[in-house]
Amino acid sequence: MKENIVIIGGGIAGLEAAAQLLDLGYKPIIIEKNDHLGGHVADWNKLFPDMTPANDVVSSLVARAADANIFLNTEISFVNRLNDSYNIMLSNGISIITRIILLATGFSLFDASRKEEYGYGVYDQVITNKDLEHWFNTGDDPRIGDCAMNAVGFVHCVGSRDEKARNSQCSKVCCITAVKQAIELKQMFPESMVYCFYMDLRMFGKKFEDFYISAQRDYGIRFIRGRVSEVSENIDGRVIVKAEDTLSGKPVKVTLDLLVLMAGMVCSPDSTKVANMTSLPLDSDGFLKSRDNIADIIDSPREGIFYAGACTGPKTVPETLAEARAASLKIHLYIKGLEK
Amino acid sequence: MIYQGKKKIWADYQKEIPDNHWFYVRSCIRQNFFPGAEKMFLEICKGLLKKDFYETEHHTTCGGIAYHCDTIPQETVMTIVARQFALMTEAGYENYVASCITSFGNYIEILETWKEFPELETRIREMLWKACRREFNKPKYVAHASDLIYKYRNEIAARAKYRLVNRHTGEPLRVVEHIGCHYAKMFPARGIGGAEYPYVLCGMIESWGGNVIDYPERRHCCGYGFRQYHVKANRGYSLSNTYKKFESMEPYHPDFILTNCPGCPYFMDRWQYVIAETEGKTYGENGFGIPVLTYEELASLVLGYAPWDIGLQLHQVAVEPLLDKIGIEYDPAKKYKGLDEKELMKPELPGVLRCC
Amino acid sequence: MDFGFRISPSSAVNLDNVDLEKFEELHRIEPDVYKCMACGSCSATCPAARFSGMSLRKVILALQRGKEKEALAMMKNCMLCGKCTMVCPRGINTRHLILSICRIYKEETK
Repeated sequence: MKENIVIIGGGIAGLEAAAQLLDLGYKPIIIEKNDHLGGHVADWNKLFPDMTPANDVVSSLVARAADANIFLNTEISFVNRLNDSYNIMLSNGISIITRIILLATGFSLFDASRKEEYGYGVYDQVITNKDLEHWFNTGDDPRIGDCAMNAVGFVHCVGSRDEKARNSQCSKVCCITAVKQAIELKQMFPESMVYCFYMDLRMFGKKFEDFYISAQRDYGIRFIRGRVSEVSENIDGRVIVKAEDTLSGKPVKVTLDLLVLMAGMVCSPDSTKVANMTSLPLDSDGFLKSRDNIADIIDSPREGIFYAGACTGPKTVPETLAEARAASLKIHLYIKGLEK
Repeated sequence: MIYQGKKKIWADYQKEIPDNHWFYVRSCIRQNFFPGAEKMFLEICKGLLKKDFYETEHHTTCGGIAYHCDTIPQETVMTIVARQFALMTEAGYENYVASCITSFGNYIEILETWKEFPELETRIREMLWKACRREFNKPKYVAHASDLIYKYRNEIAARAKYRLVNRHTGEPLRVVEHIGCHYAKMFPARGIGGAEYPYVLCGMIESWGGNVIDYPERRHCCGYGFRQYHVKANRGYSLSNTYKKFESMEPYHPDFILTNCPGCPYFMDRWQYVIAETEGKTYGENGFGIPVLTYEELASLVLGYAPWDIGLQLHQVAVEPLLDKIGIEYDPAKKYKGLDEKELMKPELPGVLRCC
Repeated sequence: MDFGFRISPSSAVNLDNVDLEKFEELHRIEPDVYKCMACGSCSATCPAARFSGMSLRKVILALQRGKEKEALAMMKNCMLCGKCTMVCPRGINTRHLILSICRIYKEETK
């Protein structure tokens, strides 16, 4: 089977799709801008709700996709539309003619420093969910663990459900990630008080609610319904957090050793870049627009271009993998149609 | 605190400020509270830096206090402001600089409102014409007076006689900066440094040798809050907010507080007396309070103007401990002498707050 | 000196200063107390609620915010009918919880 299939993005969506297409007898090409595969999941430590090591998921995907043509450290320079195909020029000088492109460009983490009132990048003890995962992986972050860790806070919805930050969407995974990370910290520092400041808890996925109940009952994590409005630093370098305890209608204030911001998902600039090159529209939420948000989420409005994963909106790991599999099958059937 | 992080934010909120030719409008209340401040602003800008600043005796209140106290509707404020713009237009100026923070916020809010609702601007033009047969151009540029001292800060530093350094220890003075709420909270992009980490006063302090203190309640209101103070039943709230700020800054032992608003220095200065009387608590060294200065007063001090000539005797909290730290000479006997040695009379001294 | 006004007490809850010793004791006996997600089912169905302000949801919250007096004042109106136990979606044995609260916090109230 000679058909070229170009997968843009070597995160879990791209890898799963490549593995499936290899199984179907194709030889897909993965284009990855970083020097490694696995995308955001490669930076994560453990995955909810069963605390699966992220590395296990990524390394098994990498192994299954190993026979694909993989270009690391490579970006798309431009895409030309030919009669019935696309000419993709890569930053390494190689050009590929293909009739099929799978966009698996994923998401970007919201830049938490844009929420200036939270002081990320200004106050030492304010970190993000990603920083915390990095510390779980490497133990390398002087902000965590070197301090007393008597009290730790998590701020949900940082850059999500935030019209002012121009992201009105829910990022889906942050609620459960906060619960997961809160439990992990509580396991490491059992004496610490761990607070979660939330607007709503959106525990939609399999076993998410159980995880939440366990965080409450078994770990004593304190959930305060109220969005953090302001963070400041006190004289000993700890952070003071102000919020409203909306359930009692009273302002609350607490001093914390560490504050973790649950930065949400926004459309990756790489997605937007490729969308511009291929004249793909964006949906009103800023992510790539599908042909239909119910029936054809993996179809783009353009012939031969397909989507998988978080390029069309925030998704969990299993959702992304399922989409990647669906997209592979779709591509397979599409090629069969072309061959007729 | 990550200083580089703040610098990054400051870089995002810089605004272009014309260097010269300004139509200057005073505040309603500052001449009573801090009578030297506005005089010194003009003295520094016009006299010393030889810039063109024009003011007219026909200027009135901008209506901001009444507006924020909810006693007049916005259309009235807009018509008053339209008249000020007419004065500017008649004088041949395009750059408008306000001494008062609330005026500044008021002007920006009105201009932005007119941008969104042009029909409202048309109506105000009609109302102004009916009321006093005047017409106006909108200013090309609206600045707050502290923006200009910020702009000229390095020129001032170059001519400075004193630095903000404790001459006994050689250490930079520890300075609390307090920004008036209406400076940038409504329109963050209109304030130097934005609203969360404003740079306008920090820039002056850094340029003149001091160290800025960032304390937890830095962003909190001074306590004036218009209705909080003007309605006596609410006055306790005003005091409580000021108290909250002082409790928060106390551990940092600030040498003085720098402000850019008419109300803030007044309330942070005078409420220290009330807190001393009611709570028995003072925040400076040896029973003194923490001196509160306006940016014009501070600029004047570093430039070497005499403390009693710039009106520092009208502060409730004694400034002498600060003058001693900087090494500024003054004659205590002349504290209550005005211009030309005019006797101003001595005030009664408070019981708790040490004032001399 | 009396100025006719004074520093007003703050209504803010400072979590740094809340003494949770008793609540921890309660939690040891009633681990499920933490499971409350403030849905309000208990208060909605409580026969004492609309006459007396009793709300078990508010009691649980107030105890965690150090507002024991407020909580116990509400608790006095509980008639132990057991309706809240029936409706709690988290399966909290509210009747048992209420009795434990009374036992642990009772000396304080006298």
